[in-house]
Amino acid sequence: MKSYPITIRPFGENAILIEWPNEVSEAILNDILRFETFLKEKQLENFEYVPAYNSLTLVNFFGITESQNLQNKLKHWYKELPPFVEAERFLYELPVCYDTEFGIDLQETAKILDFSIDELIAAHSTHEYTVFGIGFLPGFMYLGGLPSSLETSRRKEPRLKVKKGSVGLAGKQTGIYPQESPGGWNIIGNCPIPIFNQNSETPCFIKVGDKVRFVPITRAEYDLLKIEGEVGIFNPKKIELSV
Amino acid sequence: MFKILKPGFFTSVQDQGRFGYRDKGVPVSGAMDAISASRANRLLENDPRSALLEITMTGPEIEFEAHTCICLSGAKFSAKVNEEPIGNDKVIRIQKGDKLSFGKLEQGFRAYLGIKGGVQEETVLGSKSFYFPLTKRSSLKAHTEIDFEPSDFVPKISEMKIEGFLSSKIIEVQKGPEFDLLNQSQLTQLFAEPFTVSKENNRMAYQLNEYLDGHTMKMLTSATLPGTVQLTPAGRLIILMKDGQTTGGYPRILQLTNTSICVLAQKKFGDTIKFKWA
Repeated sequence: MKSYPITIRPFGENAILIEWPNEVSEAILNDILRFETFLKEKQLENFEYVPAYNSLTLVNFFGITESQNLQNKLKHWYKELPPFVEAERFLYELPVCYDTEFGIDLQETAKILDFSIDELIAAHSTHEYTVFGIGFLPGFMYLGGLPSSLETSRRKEPRLKVKKGSVGLAGKQTGIYPQESPGGWNIIGNCPIPIFNQNSETPCFIKVGDKVRFVPITRAEYDLLKIEGEVGIFNPKKIELSV
Repeated sequence: MFKILKPGFFTSVQDQGRFGYRDKGVPVSGAMDAISASRANRLLENDPRSALLEITMTGPEIEFEAHTCICLSGAKFSAKVNEEPIGNDKVIRIQKGDKLSFGKLEQGFRAYLGIKGGVQEETVLGSKSFYFPLTKRSSLKAHTEIDFEPSDFVPKISEMKIEGFLSSKIIEVQKGPEFDLLNQSQLTQLFAEPFTVSKENNRMAYQLNEYLDGHTMKMLTSATLPGTVQLTPAGRLIILMKDGQTTGGYPRILQLTNTSICVLAQKKFGDTIKFKWA
């Protein structure tokens, strides 16, 4: 198992930041998640772990005591990281209705990208995207792996209100708006399943390191899944990934 | 129970915060000035996790429908119970039918109203702190009724004289992860010049009016915290606060100490601050 040159340093009074080389890479993300899994099992209690792209941040809002000692331990633990430690990762299939009722920018975006609408939907829904981070809003996923043929600029004028569940394209990114919010992405569809549900014991079933694939659904299926999602009985299809 | 007759500019329920969901993008929330909030809870001998009201800029008008004790701390508002002026950091006995009102904001920006036993509100993901849309509301509206347990509490200490920080302009900072991005002129400006709080200041972030030189650094999105000072490419300084986003892509040049987050939480539009090394 490859080991990376990592840096460990304090980030204010409540956090320690661990950084991997500055690149977007599945291998680095996997190494970060292995280390996170190992630390959680080491019962490094009272910490919250925030993994994203090339970093893992350990947070304790009640302050970190003996920070230098902990940093040394972290260095040691990373060096000793046993090769069999693996993070559990899943591929989720998320339903998306690409009906123009939801995909309000679908036609325009297809035109800009020189696709037919069907070709755009096919291109968007055949790829697997890796969750490199969750943040910005509760349940907002930073997805990597958008094919370059789908790269498009943001809308010139951001909308004040983008509907919850909207699926968008912007730059090298695609993603789902987990709640109604302002936004400048090109909206091509809507996912009826709430990515974040504060009333559930597991408010966000997806975690950093998982992958998602968008599965086109009809307008009729959308309505049924919307109900299932809202009453909380929808179970997304998931496949365990071997890393 | 008490009834909100008038809500004030922005009054919300807050406790210590919502922990354990940061990796799902959930901000910690909780009292912006945690020091003042915990003082009110302490004088009332409450559990430190008790929820209280955070009152911003203009105060609410509240009618109590049961007897209890309350304590105000943080910003000074010339508050009254019925017609009787009450001070801060003092346990005040409340009878059924008493009305609490707030006058002019005299000092600071956020006051905390603690109630014996804490206010009862819906707990969402382990916290009562308002954060929309996780909680149904972001702030209290008129005619809202909020529950508490009536109490015959007799305080051990009824008043506390404190050396407050409401008049302090000093914001103590440590280096942020991307501190090394700063050049000499940016550094000089940061630590020699005063900064003022912009109109864009709320529970999510405080922006500052003065710009530093811009930069072209691109970085991968990484964790942010309350008190993280971000530098935008245009040179704007954004200080994230308790409802601030959990990750960000702007360089994190400085990090406020926990105490300085409380100091900043008491600043309003136009107030001056100065950065100083912690």
